[in-house]
Amino acid sequence: MKNFGFTVIKQRTIDYDQFDGRLLNEILENEPSFKVCLSCGGCTATCSAGDLVSFNIRRMNLMLRRGETSELENEIQKCMLCGKCQLVCPRGINLRNVIMLIKKNVVKYKSLSK
Amino acid sequence: MKHIVVIGGGIAGIEVACELTDAGHWVTIIEKESNIGGKLNNWSYLFPDFTPAEKIRESLQEKCEQKDFSILRETKIQSLERKNGKFEIQTSVNQQLNADAIVLATGYELFDAQRKEEYGYKIYDHVITSADLEKLLLPDGNLTTVTGEHPKRIAFVHCVGSRDEKSGNHYCSKVCCVTGVKQAIELKKRLPDVEIFCFYMDLRMYGKHFEELYRDAQEKYDIQFIRGRLSEASEKIDKSLLIKAEDTLSGRPLKMNVDLLVLLIGMEVGKGTAEAASACLLQCEDSGFLKTVDSFLKSNQSNSDGIFLAGSCTAPMSINDTILHARSAASEVNKWLKLMN
Repeated sequence: MKNFGFTVIKQRTIDYDQFDGRLLNEILENEPSFKVCLSCGGCTATCSAGDLVSFNIRRMNLMLRRGETSELENEIQKCMLCGKCQLVCPRGINLRNVIMLIKKNVVKYKSLSK
Repeated sequence: MKHIVVIGGGIAGIEVACELTDAGHWVTIIEKESNIGGKLNNWSYLFPDFTPAEKIRESLQEKCEQKDFSILRETKIQSLERKNGKFEIQTSVNQQLNADAIVLATGYELFDAQRKEEYGYKIYDHVITSADLEKLLLPDGNLTTVTGEHPKRIAFVHCVGSRDEKSGNHYCSKVCCVTGVKQAIELKKRLPDVEIFCFYMDLRMYGKHFEELYRDAQEKYDIQFIRGRLSEASEKIDKSLLIKAEDTLSGRPLKMNVDLLVLLIGMEVGKGTAEAASACLLQCEDSGFLKTVDSFLKSNQSNSDGIFLAGSCTAPMSINDTILHARSAASEVNKWLKLMN
């Protein structure tokens, strides 16, 4: 295609009507403790990976809840499953299981949406 | 004349006893300590307007001297039995009391900060609790670190032992948010050059003048608020502390060196209340606090007819709320006694 010098700007608004909750629902069904996150960031503060690279486990929850799953597949690879986040969490969320469920399902839902 | 036994001689107990004496009843307070006043004796200045706790203590003391009720000090209840519509109480000093109604005003205990080991209370020198800080805030309190200098940077941690699965406490202790703001302002008044940071998850300024105090903290005292829960603190070789949190609003991990770390500890139900509850066969909430029949119109009634509840044995409560709850307990007792006639 001819390049006219125009770029298509991706909308910045979270379009909640386009929200695809399948991945989120799959995770919540298998790990209901994930529902009660209060976004305190204790997990991210203690994260072994977050010290070195831009990995924010608290944001995983938000990304899933806003349907922003395109980056998840790459992001989730940064976790080393050390489990410190789980020790800190004031709501007792089984974060290791959450990570494993995202890993397992993120590819499945990506191929389904294609 | 009806006899009412009030268990607990803190703010709620004294207030309830005064009201019931005024209504023409004979009242006996059972207090486990040698002093009355309960936890009020540990505070220096009260939120939201820095009223000296001493002032409230004195007025309670005065009331106790003026009113004609008896206080049994260093006494606990051993057992309680119902006989012919009355209560028969055995005390720890082998006294027997007969009562027409009982009011439980056994209060709360402070959360033991050592249970949050990751914050290093009683492990590191410069980690203190809000209750420890209260004593230092008195005019003769010494606000220096072990090196003999004034702290240059202080951090407050909100929700220590509250809203925390790991401490076993799911509930919010209600008063710590505003206590943190109040203490931060007091520190800033005493040490104008100090930098103060409050690490919070939510700031719950629910009461009258609380929000204004929070605004003052920002506007007049430059206190900074960072939304994130501390994951841990560690001590450096110079005894200062390295703390870690996520600044959740920037979405990035944050570390900071501070000279003093203040843990805003929450309220727990405490042994006294648990013992009294089991002696009186009362039901407790999941939180351990005593169950009231409902949260609206019967918030002073226990599950057991004739046993009433006042103050923070039912839920975390500020001093002003405690006084109001105690007065409403007295009015409920009165109504009930009239019905019994």
